[in-house]
Amino acid sequence: MSKSPTRTALRAGIATAAVASLAACGTSDSGSGSEAAASLGAIEGTVSILAWPGYVEDGSNDPSVDWVSAFEESTGCMVTSKTYGTSDEAYQLMQNGGYDVVAASGDLTLRLIAGDLVSAVNTDLLENYDGIFDFLKDKEWNSVDGQSYGVPHGYGANLLMYNTDEVTPAPTSWDVVFDKAADYSGKVTAYDSPIYIADAAVYLMTHNPDLGIENPYALDQEQFDAAVELLKTQRESVGEYWSDYLKEIQAFETGDSVVGTTWQVIQNSITSGNTEVVLPEEGATGWSDTWMIASESEAPNCAYAWLDYIASPEANAQATAYFGEAPSSQAACDFRDDCEAYHAGDAEYAEQIWYWTTPLSECVDGRTDVECVDYSEWTKAWQEIKG
Amino acid sequence: MTTRSVSAFLAPRRRLQLAGLLTPPVLWLGLVYVVALAALLVTAFWTVDELTGQVQIEWTTENVVEVLTGALYRTVTLRTLGIAILVTVIDIIVAVPVAFFMAKIARPRMRHLLVIAVLAPLWASYLVKVYAWRALLSSEGLIEWAVSPFGLDTPGYGIVGVVLTLSYLWLPYVIMPIYAGFDRVPDRLLEASADLGAKGWTTLVAVVLPMIRPAIIAGSIFAFSLSLGDYITTGIVGGTTQMLGNLVYTNVGAANNLPLAAAISLIPIGIILLYLAAVRRTGALRSL
Repeated sequence: MSKSPTRTALRAGIATAAVASLAACGTSDSGSGSEAAASLGAIEGTVSILAWPGYVEDGSNDPSVDWVSAFEESTGCMVTSKTYGTSDEAYQLMQNGGYDVVAASGDLTLRLIAGDLVSAVNTDLLENYDGIFDFLKDKEWNSVDGQSYGVPHGYGANLLMYNTDEVTPAPTSWDVVFDKAADYSGKVTAYDSPIYIADAAVYLMTHNPDLGIENPYALDQEQFDAAVELLKTQRESVGEYWSDYLKEIQAFETGDSVVGTTWQVIQNSITSGNTEVVLPEEGATGWSDTWMIASESEAPNCAYAWLDYIASPEANAQATAYFGEAPSSQAACDFRDDCEAYHAGDAEYAEQIWYWTTPLSECVDGRTDVECVDYSEWTKAWQEIKG
Repeated sequence: MTTRSVSAFLAPRRRLQLAGLLTPPVLWLGLVYVVALAALLVTAFWTVDELTGQVQIEWTTENVVEVLTGALYRTVTLRTLGIAILVTVIDIIVAVPVAFFMAKIARPRMRHLLVIAVLAPLWASYLVKVYAWRALLSSEGLIEWAVSPFGLDTPGYGIVGVVLTLSYLWLPYVIMPIYAGFDRVPDRLLEASADLGAKGWTTLVAVVLPMIRPAIIAGSIFAFSLSLGDYITTGIVGGTTQMLGNLVYTNVGAANNLPLAAAISLIPIGIILLYLAAVRRTGALRSL
């Protein structure tokens, strides 16, 4: 789930942090804070935010990149922020407490809700919520039983990237990295995370309908085995797996990789000019991030103020453009000139994206007659696929 | 109590002196190494909650059994071991002549320059060096450019890349102890050997090698153990290769399964302990 160089750099520290947290591990109090606020009160003065790198910029990294100062001036809430490298690290930090707001991807949100670490959000209190694309609201990764747990921030798809010199004709299907991968043996690349198993499942939804996959994050044992089998075959053609996006940029620029999964921001960064991206006909996996409020927050009013502010067109445009993803509202596109590249607001395009969701043994597609394969099994399988 | 009376009190009590001197470092060593290692060992026998990723203190041998019996772990252990041995052998083969030249042939000025040259790479960040190798091994890199006239290809990203990169990274750690070992071999022994009619090769095998064997073993411990635990190099130049460190990393970072990660980390710990025990039997540790 690494989307920027800082995220990757941060990973090195995670092991240490994880070990340190061993000593501090205990049961978290299940607070009563999961009720949504009915109304807003006085501003507390400070708000502490936990987010992916590039989401909360106050100009200290790059003086021209700053949307936090305007928030501080207009609301009087002083922002302190911390970045994290993986959803798992964020989960541990949230367990330890001390944060009012968190930006979470779809593979983290349900865990936060289940762990009672975030509270429901009363969207009526947010002026800018109405402007947000409808296809991002009330989804299984940001709502439970129709109750919203946060505000959508931005989204993007894991696209198929190919080298236009080597891969002809231009592919329209993921088959170039699966059934036809052998044609590019040693130069295929894939995303290095257990969640990539869902990409194989998306492919099987079209190419092996007998399996009956309805949702790539809700796989029963038989469906899961088929996806794993597909990836084991793919591995024979894979040159390398990537999770560091700079690594993939370099691999495509040098021609070490010629076809594989990617993000829009990577295509935007490649300077060699011989790569293209496509959303294949089978659809794709993707991410959709959500701003959530900690259940133990001591500054809920400043937290609400931040959620409202970051959903406002100008701030949302700045943050999502800096990061390289589609914004959450049409109005934000007035402040960006690259909305088209990210297909912002294209509901049909967004329909084709299966946003990252944590696979649970209780199937997330609502099936009750079978047990699904949970994320810990996905992780084990991913290691076996890589061998 | 004045300083003088403290000294007077301690002077005849040798054991108390020793205890006072040793307690702080031993305490530090105990906390940092032994307790941390014990915590790791214990964690391997715990379990983890599926959804929340919280470590739960429920005793189980499941993780350890899985690591000991799983085909994946056997394959990866053998691969890791193979890479570590290969890196160690390559480093020794390169380091012995270099160290010999530095210690016995080079003039003092040249020797100083060589020591600096060997140590200089240690000033650069590990990551910078590995990324440099990534560029070298690329299909548009320097290696491809150099060998393509001979009809060869760059080894690319994979096990060969990992072995080359690790050999480069740990070379200074192998050269320096062997250089120190050669430095301790008196020149007069080489002269005596020559006076008694031994040729260069005989001198090397019969006189020099037995004397520097402890130094070579010391160097091998560095190269071997550092390779055994590495995972960043594999991630950058390893292509699809996984080593034990990568499995530990995935279980800590992506899977949030600390108990399984702890169980996997027992493998390299076990290998290193066996290796050190074998080294100890040769007596090399005593003459270090």
